[in-house]
Amino acid sequence: MSGAIGQHRWQRFSVQQRLARFTAYLSAVAAVVWAARSVEIIPEFLADAPAQTADLFRRMWPFDWSYYGREVHAALIETIHIATLGTLLAIAFAVPIALLAARNITPSKTLNLIATFVLVATRSINTLLWALLFVAIFGPGALAGMLAIGFHSIGFVGKLLAEALEETPRAPIDALRATGAPPASILSKGYWPAVEPSFWGIALLRWDINIRESAVLGLVGGGGIGMALDTAQNNLYWDQVGLVLAVIFAVVIVTEIITSTIRERLI
Amino acid sequence: MTERRAIGLPPPAGRTLALPVNWPRRLAYIGLAFYAIYAASTLDVSLARIARGLPQGAHFLARMWPPNTEAIKLDLMRQGLMESIEIAVLSTFFGILLSLPLGLLAARNLMPPWVSWTARTLTALFRSFNSVIVAILFVKAIGFGALAGILALIVGTMGFISKLFAEAIEEVDLKQVEAVRATGASFANVLIMGILPQVMARFAGFSAYQLDSNLRNSTMVGIVGGGGIGAALFTAYQRFDYDYVFTILLAIIAIVMVSELVSVQIRKIFQ
Repeated sequence: MSGAIGQHRWQRFSVQQRLARFTAYLSAVAAVVWAARSVEIIPEFLADAPAQTADLFRRMWPFDWSYYGREVHAALIETIHIATLGTLLAIAFAVPIALLAARNITPSKTLNLIATFVLVATRSINTLLWALLFVAIFGPGALAGMLAIGFHSIGFVGKLLAEALEETPRAPIDALRATGAPPASILSKGYWPAVEPSFWGIALLRWDINIRESAVLGLVGGGGIGMALDTAQNNLYWDQVGLVLAVIFAVVIVTEIITSTIRERLI
Repeated sequence: MTERRAIGLPPPAGRTLALPVNWPRRLAYIGLAFYAIYAASTLDVSLARIARGLPQGAHFLARMWPPNTEAIKLDLMRQGLMESIEIAVLSTFFGILLSLPLGLLAARNLMPPWVSWTARTLTALFRSFNSVIVAILFVKAIGFGALAGILALIVGTMGFISKLFAEAIEEVDLKQVEAVRATGASFANVLIMGILPQVMARFAGFSAYQLDSNLRNSTMVGIVGGGGIGAALFTAYQRFDYDYVFTILLAIIAIVMVSELVSVQIRKIFQ
């Protein structure tokens, strides 16, 4: 008896699992080796990198504080407006699409698929790409940036919201339906209370991300603090670049504190 | 009660509404609406401007079609895409490698407060800047090319992976760690035998996610000189070669979708 137990080798994973993991590790190693061998790195540039880096920091400090009043403050306010309005725009578009994508709300397979495709497509185009598109259409400025932020966020907000909707417990919905409630009431009294905490969580998280994202829009003409960064960098005023970076860092930290405080209160 | 409300009668005395009106929340909604209108007006967002943009948009879309498929352009695009993928793979690999020690240092249940606090501040700093902004600095420091992009993405990877890794470590079951420690294991053995098995699945999950995210960003760092497809894209855009822009856009969307599938697959394997 004890011999039988001793002969059996206990293993945490099945053969298939181990094979899959091994393949994953092997492909990871192969990918890294391939990338390292084929990537083009110019050694001459590396030689003076320490000197250049030291030079960069020497030029950054002390910051050019006067630049804040001249340009950065207005651009910062614009960035916050862009991020907030972009998030609101994304929510406005994402809610109906999420309703169409949630399989328990929209019974049509075709509609689910189309909605899911819209969500994946908007998400896979980077904010900067959306910004290029809207700058070409509406000209440079905050409008293009806001639309870029909004369109890119549709996929993120919509996907998470659709998942939250699909996880809604059935019982309250069936109870509502049994009373003969119209679809609008089922949505507002059945689904909404169930997804409300996740809805606010998603909105806050996206707002937080969008504040960071909107900081780069200016590089392609999308308005906001990126404009100030781009101007300073093109003029090689590194003391102004340093100031803008410090301001972005401060805003990101403040945003994170605000969102985590609201999240604790709401959810 | 529903009937009483439906015909406009107040609920009977002594009974409360099942779903009372939440006035503070309602006021917050109204405030948000006012803010949105105010902000939109300062950004010069108006229907007139959007209406003016629409014919421009139609013109823009018309110039995108058909996508440019000249052999030279396609070859250029292929090189750019390959470089983007190389940047993504290398930055993910080295970023994760560097995140392991940083994440350990940031875990509050393993390290004294001053160590974890310093490490946490560092990761927060790495996370706050978009990789395109970090790429600007690296382009200045080490010149144009893929290396600047790789280093910029390594910084971003360290910011996210270290934080998630530290959080995963903080949530481990200390009983198992205790048991390993009780056998007289060294600190390295406690890590490998007590902590690593508990966090491995989640770690593989967010590494796969980070690979996906790095690939997306590696197509963008080229805009500021960080290598990859972004340079070709931005040049074509500035030259109004919109048909070539469209070709590149399609290619980027395709590889991003493939990478999302790969990432999902990896997460499935390590679940």
